[in-house]
Amino acid sequence: MALLEVRGFKKSFGATKVLKGIDFSLEKGQTLAIIGSSGSGKTTLLRCLNFLETPDEGKMYLDGRLFFDASDRKQTAGASVREKRLHFGLVFQNFNLFPQYSAFENLCLAPKLRARERPDFSSNRRNIYAEIEKKAEDLLKKVGLWDKKDAYPCQLSGGQQQRVAIARALAMSPDVLCFDEPTSALDPELTVEVLNVLRSLSRENMTMIVVTHEMAFAGEAADRVLFMDEGVVAYDGTAAEAFGVSCPCERLKAFIGSIEK
Amino acid sequence: MSFWEITRFLLDGFGVSCLIFAVTLLVSIPLGLPIAFCSMSRFKPLKLLSKVFVWIIRGVPLMLQIFIIYYVPGLVFDYQLFGNVDKYIFLKFGIDDAGRILAVLIAFAINYACYFSEIYRGGIESINRGQYEAGQVLGMTKGQIFRKVVLLQVIKRIVPPMSNEVITLIKDTALANCIMVSEIIKQANTLAATRALIWPLFYTGVFYLVFVGVLTLIFGQVEKKLSYFSS
Ligand SMILES: Nc1ncnc2c1ncn2[C@@H]1O[C@H](COP(=O)(O)OP(=O)(O)O)[C@@H](O)[C@H]1O
Ligand SMILES: [Mg+2]
Repeated sequence: MALLEVRGFKKSFGATKVLKGIDFSLEKGQTLAIIGSSGSGKTTLLRCLNFLETPDEGKMYLDGRLFFDASDRKQTAGASVREKRLHFGLVFQNFNLFPQYSAFENLCLAPKLRARERPDFSSNRRNIYAEIEKKAEDLLKKVGLWDKKDAYPCQLSGGQQQRVAIARALAMSPDVLCFDEPTSALDPELTVEVLNVLRSLSRENMTMIVVTHEMAFAGEAADRVLFMDEGVVAYDGTAAEAFGVSCPCERLKAFIGSIEK
Repeated sequence: MSFWEITRFLLDGFGVSCLIFAVTLLVSIPLGLPIAFCSMSRFKPLKLLSKVFVWIIRGVPLMLQIFIIYYVPGLVFDYQLFGNVDKYIFLKFGIDDAGRILAVLIAFAINYACYFSEIYRGGIESINRGQYEAGQVLGMTKGQIFRKVVLLQVIKRIVPPMSNEVITLIKDTALANCIMVSEIIKQANTLAATRALIWPLFYTGVFYLVFVGVLTLIFGQVEKKLSYFSS
């Protein structure tokens, strides 16, 4: 059974129809690459998954349970949205680290605030915080930045900032981690270090959705490829097929060709 | 009168100037916040109301606002509110000018709250939307995002314009003169009128300069403290 199933997502901004009915599903541990030209609705789709935008229509199933239904107004309100968000993580194109906190504090802030809601918080605060800090340490080590734990974002390169941002998202233990063009704000020589982190997450079977223009990366690290074109899913298949000679979708072929030039 | 006696006499007046300065800040710094939130409100009438209010307060000379606050109770309600407070406090405690200082404080607090509200609004609106969104996707509440993520960034941005306003404020206290509050320039004028001494009037400048110098140092320290991050 699929971990995540999206059915009929539609979203308009005023008169602009951005998503015109998106369907896809994602198995646990899979990496899904979403590709498509600029303006095709990729960012909007990720933002809907993270409840930064509310789809006008559509349903979402998580682990087979109906998790979100746009026709049910109650589900789109405050507190329940915050709970739902925690199943997803989002890594932004421009990192959005908190500038006044060190790398380590960036990782700990949200988990510590979240821990206050635990019933055993006041009695067990020390242990809870120690656990959170241990996890932050492990994650910074994993992205290779433990030596930069006290650095502020302005002291880090773009690639390092993005790696901290990935670790920060992982600190909340999301079921599905989404990336919106995680390397497109980076100089070419810095994209490698970020893509390497994504590769290792993919190997460790993190469930991921990656919007990217890095075709080589998508071809090698993704299990599946979703090609979006003007608000619809124009192709949904294995990476091997999408990038192979037998790709059945002419528009996808043309798109890949235009990027690789 | 000796130089020291004159200095003491002017210092009495500068005490009043500093009192107006301190109380105005104490009231207007917090009062600016609700005004800022109103002018950012999504509820259109509230937003319009607060924008018009801020426009009027910023558009009319502060001296005129002092006159209005001071005279309106007598003109409209036929009750000399501030004059009566003056008399009452003088009879009870032997302190001069209390009612008039109160009128000045009300005018100053409202005026500066409006200026601060615009600074707050600018600071809050200048924060990248991505900061809010990053907090949201990490499961933080709106309040947590404001307090833990946005606030310090706003403070860092508003310190320079706030320091300008605060420095202007100590000089603006001289306007209390217009309803005969015994601030430092009024004191110097008294010396000019009663003893034909002009130089104490120029000497008052030294008091302002020293005060502004100290303020500048303090704000410099605050800016330095906040320079460890850039946003
Ligand atoms: N908040 C918004 N308001 C109005 N239009 C928007 C908004 N967000 C996105 N759009 C429009 O939706 C379209 C798709 O945008 P986006 O999802 O960012 O595409 P992509 O990420 O694939 O480049 C674009 O035409 C964009 O202008
Ligand atoms: Mg995009």
